[in-house]
Amino acid sequence: MFAEHLPILQIVVPLISAPICVLLRRQWSWGFALIVNWICFGMSAMLLQRVLEVGTIVYHLGSWEPPWGIEYRVDAVNAFVIFLVALIASVVLLYAPHSISAELPGHRANLFYTAYLLCLTGLMGMAITGDAFNLFVFLEISSLSSYALIALGRDRRALTASYNYLIMGTVGATFYVIGVGLLYMMTGTLNMVDLAVRLQPVLMTSTVLAAFAFLTVGISLKIALFPLHLWLPNAYTYAPSVVTAFLAATATKVAIYTFLRFFYGIFGAEFAFDVLHLDRFLVPLGLAGAVIASLVAVYQKNIKRMLAYSSVAQVGYMMVGVGLVSVTGLTATLVHLFNHAVMKGALFLAMGCIVLRVGACELEDMRGIAKRMPVTMAAFVAGGLSLIGVPLTVGFVSKWYLVQGAIERGWWPVAVIVLLASLIGLAYIWRVVEVAYFHEPVGKTALAIEAPLSMLIPTWMLIGATFYFGMSSTFTVGIARRGAEALMAGLLP
Amino acid sequence: MSVGLLNYWAVIFLMMTGFYIVMSSRNLIKKMVGLSLFQTSVFILYITLGKVSDGTAPILAAASTAYSNPLPHVLILTAIVVGVATTALGMALIIRIQESYGTIEEDDIQSLDREH
Repeated sequence: MFAEHLPILQIVVPLISAPICVLLRRQWSWGFALIVNWICFGMSAMLLQRVLEVGTIVYHLGSWEPPWGIEYRVDAVNAFVIFLVALIASVVLLYAPHSISAELPGHRANLFYTAYLLCLTGLMGMAITGDAFNLFVFLEISSLSSYALIALGRDRRALTASYNYLIMGTVGATFYVIGVGLLYMMTGTLNMVDLAVRLQPVLMTSTVLAAFAFLTVGISLKIALFPLHLWLPNAYTYAPSVVTAFLAATATKVAIYTFLRFFYGIFGAEFAFDVLHLDRFLVPLGLAGAVIASLVAVYQKNIKRMLAYSSVAQVGYMMVGVGLVSVTGLTATLVHLFNHAVMKGALFLAMGCIVLRVGACELEDMRGIAKRMPVTMAAFVAGGLSLIGVPLTVGFVSKWYLVQGAIERGWWPVAVIVLLASLIGLAYIWRVVEVAYFHEPVGKTALAIEAPLSMLIPTWMLIGATFYFGMSSTFTVGIARRGAEALMAGLLP
Repeated sequence: MSVGLLNYWAVIFLMMTGFYIVMSSRNLIKKMVGLSLFQTSVFILYITLGKVSDGTAPILAAASTAYSNPLPHVLILTAIVVGVATTALGMALIIRIQESYGTIEEDDIQSLDREH
């Protein structure tokens, strides 16, 4: 009974908890949100386990048969994404209370947790649904709540960052709706599997081509694929630390999942890549993003902004994997989805500790910080090593598969550029290490003390994960490979 | 009939107008106006593609046999709600921006940020 309704409970539990959270007293809201979050995480783990045992799970909302009713369809790909989102959300929430009370003005913590739960609902809903329009609704739930969360930042620039994200995000989402509308026009259906079937005879019509173009640009905006990434750096820089860690680890990942679902699932790899050659557009843009965003990151004075640009670069790697159109390439993308979420989450959480104690995250404020906050900085260095792709960390695992995928296709220059871009990563991480370890602390930094355990433990949980999954990658790579095989096979029955 | 195509031309015109306003305005409120226009044009697109020739409103009646497709109407009800929420949130942000910057002109905001 319970297990049977797992897919819908996964979404409904956080959705219903959000309004309850508004009504709670401020001091209870964190505990409540935390419990809900961990329940979600437990359910996502069960869902993933069931999918790995029995294969695709299909759930009909209200028992309405698809294509009339909305269908939730969980396979290895989205079960993995849901698991990732729930995992990150739970760990970040564990970290939240100290950071939130220090960074958020006023006494509205319960509203913060409400928006957080809504954002979680939206992201998991985007991943779980098998209905193209339902996906739009969840996309907007997650986007609207993340605009609100970003605007909570202390700096007034958080407001303009959030506003710009709202404009770009809404344009992206509207492009998506136009695309879905045009597909509906040709097929009369919104169910993804049904769409895949009914699109086959009409693929080369101008309406479907227009839909293809709108969907590509719309989803790429949400992914922050270079050069559509302009909303991202400011939003990540000025949002509260907790929000940055959560969004950086999950939001763009779910958008990438959507991209995969549309272009591998609905349109089919053959049409998207062999006929329309989407890879000729994805691989160069992905590589350009990886190189240019990494170079820009080297020159940033604000460390959160530096990490934000590094996120744009990492998205570039993932899109290169998508553009390789092979099981190895997609395995690299899916495994990097997970790996990047874990390491970037850890890095932003470490920055949150520094913001708590120093009150800023400019490079010059970090002089000698390692002498005052050794545990936090050790976490930063460990996360940084993973970002560069040092062996024994998760970053190495993803790069390994990406390079292997490129070589399989005979694209040597791609492999070389990926490795060069990783070296640029070394440059920007080294700048921080140099300032933090080889200078004497002055000013505010001299007075800083180590962050509280309630923040260090979640940070180190994620760092632990970067090493654990870096050394024994069977679990993540195994699921990613199954997901990649499912994606290559497409949605057609 | 060509009346159907007229709707699509109107959609394209509204869509491009809205999009142009979003891209070109430096005033935050005007941007929101453009964004709303852009979203509204999509509503008309959906409503138009739900039209069935000679179909009436989708209410069961003895006199009619052909009905317009009600599904796009329902979808657009959802999209309208989303549009209202987006506009409300955007306006709320603009109020906060006005409170903390004292202006809603993007150029002024940028020069204030640079001084900072």
